[in-house]
Amino acid sequence: MNDIPSFTAAAHVVAGANAAEGTARRNGLAIFWRQFRRSQLALPGGLLVLAFVLVACFAPLIATHDPLKNDLARTLMPPGAENWFGTDELGRDVLSRVVYGARLSLSEGLVAVLLALAAGVPIGVVAGYVGGRTDMIIMRLIDVLMAFPGVLLAIAIISVLGPSLFNVILAVALYTIPIFARLARGATLSVKEEPYIEACRALGVPHLRTLWRHVLPNIAAPILVIAALRVAISILTASSLSFLGLGAQPPSPEWGAMLASGRNYILIAPHLVIFPGLAIVLLVFGLNLFQDGLRIALDPKTTDLR
Amino acid sequence: MGTLLVRRLAALVPVILGVSVAVFLMLHAVPGDPAQIIAGQEASVEDVAQVRHSFGLDQPLAVQYARFLSRAVVGDFGTSFRTKRPVIDEIGDRYGYTLLLGAAAIAFAVAVGILVGVVAAVFKHSWVDNVCLLVSLVGVSVPNFFLGLLLMLGFSVWLQLFPLTGADTAWHVVLPAVTLGLPSAAVIARIMRSSLIEILGNDYIRTARAKGLPEWLVVGRHALRNALMPVVTVVGLQMGYLLGGAVIVETVFAWPGLGRLTVQAIAARDFPVVQAAVLVLAATFVLVNLLTDLVYSILDPRVTLS
Repeated sequence: MNDIPSFTAAAHVVAGANAAEGTARRNGLAIFWRQFRRSQLALPGGLLVLAFVLVACFAPLIATHDPLKNDLARTLMPPGAENWFGTDELGRDVLSRVVYGARLSLSEGLVAVLLALAAGVPIGVVAGYVGGRTDMIIMRLIDVLMAFPGVLLAIAIISVLGPSLFNVILAVALYTIPIFARLARGATLSVKEEPYIEACRALGVPHLRTLWRHVLPNIAAPILVIAALRVAISILTASSLSFLGLGAQPPSPEWGAMLASGRNYILIAPHLVIFPGLAIVLLVFGLNLFQDGLRIALDPKTTDLR
Repeated sequence: MGTLLVRRLAALVPVILGVSVAVFLMLHAVPGDPAQIIAGQEASVEDVAQVRHSFGLDQPLAVQYARFLSRAVVGDFGTSFRTKRPVIDEIGDRYGYTLLLGAAAIAFAVAVGILVGVVAAVFKHSWVDNVCLLVSLVGVSVPNFFLGLLLMLGFSVWLQLFPLTGADTAWHVVLPAVTLGLPSAAVIARIMRSSLIEILGNDYIRTARAKGLPEWLVVGRHALRNALMPVVTVVGLQMGYLLGGAVIVETVFAWPGLGRLTVQAIAARDFPVVQAAVLVLAATFVLVNLLTDLVYSILDPRVTLS
């Protein structure tokens, strides 16, 4: 029982496994689904995230107005029949801006995490698999990156690159790399001693093939769980940076940037802060719930039913 | 333990040196000529040449780094471009405020986190536990700039219980500290809950109950102490988050700390201040981590600092 969920993850990650694995994989999926449902909040969380993804995909159909069009005759209007979420200081429709903002926030989170995975996992796997001096040098560099508290590394990177949405994604990715590198290294170290890796070596399987076909699938589960969590954290971080004026610049409908300009009107038009803020909370909340289900489904050692 | 402490301190030296290299290279990684940046965009060619020579920017990088480091060690980070004051004075004015905010936030997070975690564990799987779970999940999903603005709106504007911004009285620290500490409180509550539930399943707890001890004594005297160990680890991990989050919370509440100084300095491209602030925050983080390990080893005699 114990190694089945990790096999499930393997089934998810290794595309194009041969046909004989077909039935086993279906079983794996069924087990994954059953485990996933053990977290009662995972499904609502996943649906919430799906809702945001759909909003992002169909933004032009959902938005009632042009998110960038000023209407100086209708500034700072409270929520009403014409503008459901009200209008901002330039008369732009807040609902339409929040809807288009979903595209920005989702891509911030996903792109940053994918970049960090693409860089961090190979670094960690190589450090763990090769060991010795390579491992030591890589880990000392990682230690230095980890010495920057919280978002400070991302902030320092942006102070160099200059403020923009793209640089925020880059900075958040760089700031996430050490986390994946450490995780991948630790997992590789434990997998490395398994008999099947030893068997690969004895059979003379090339290192790269061993890493790709045998190490990576077996360390994928914990990395996927953390990756889901990091998407949520990256969205929070990126919107924080935009709030500080270091990310997406006006007139971009990025939620953090909307809060930054809305806070100047918080006394007379609190809806400028509340709607984009709620959008961030709901999306991140959904991701966190979903991640919890993923954690339970992919972690064979979970005993607590939450 | 004394020698172990010295060894741990010595192990920090390469990390801090690495951070100092990264911080030093910041100015050189910025697109454009550092001398031009220091002299300002309007400076004449002669002025730029003058700056290049007097700042030693015409020297090899290694020489420049040695100079930077030997000055940084004695607290000389040059002069702020913006205020023309020594950077160390700028930092000194603000550092205490950030430490105060961080300490208040961690105190809040620990107190609330432990309380909520214990309540959730004692009433596990009841509606009380479910409410605690939901609240803590929301707690980690709210970006702290949004939370800060909401608290300002609720407690300063509508209820008028706390001052809006600034740092003039002790009341000023309440809202920023709650804003900064709440997500950590949520994390601590989750760990406290699962750790206490695990401890409460032990045989010696059954013994304590069997001899007729009231439940609050069972939890308070026998279980809590042992359940606190994982909490200490998490508190240590949260320190980094708090120092990074301070950058955002200080900006929201106009708290005159190091984080706000960093953001202001980035906006003004005041690199000596950015460099020094980042270095000081990173060094603080590394030292706080060591302190956490120390506390851990005092609480748990089985753990050594090796």
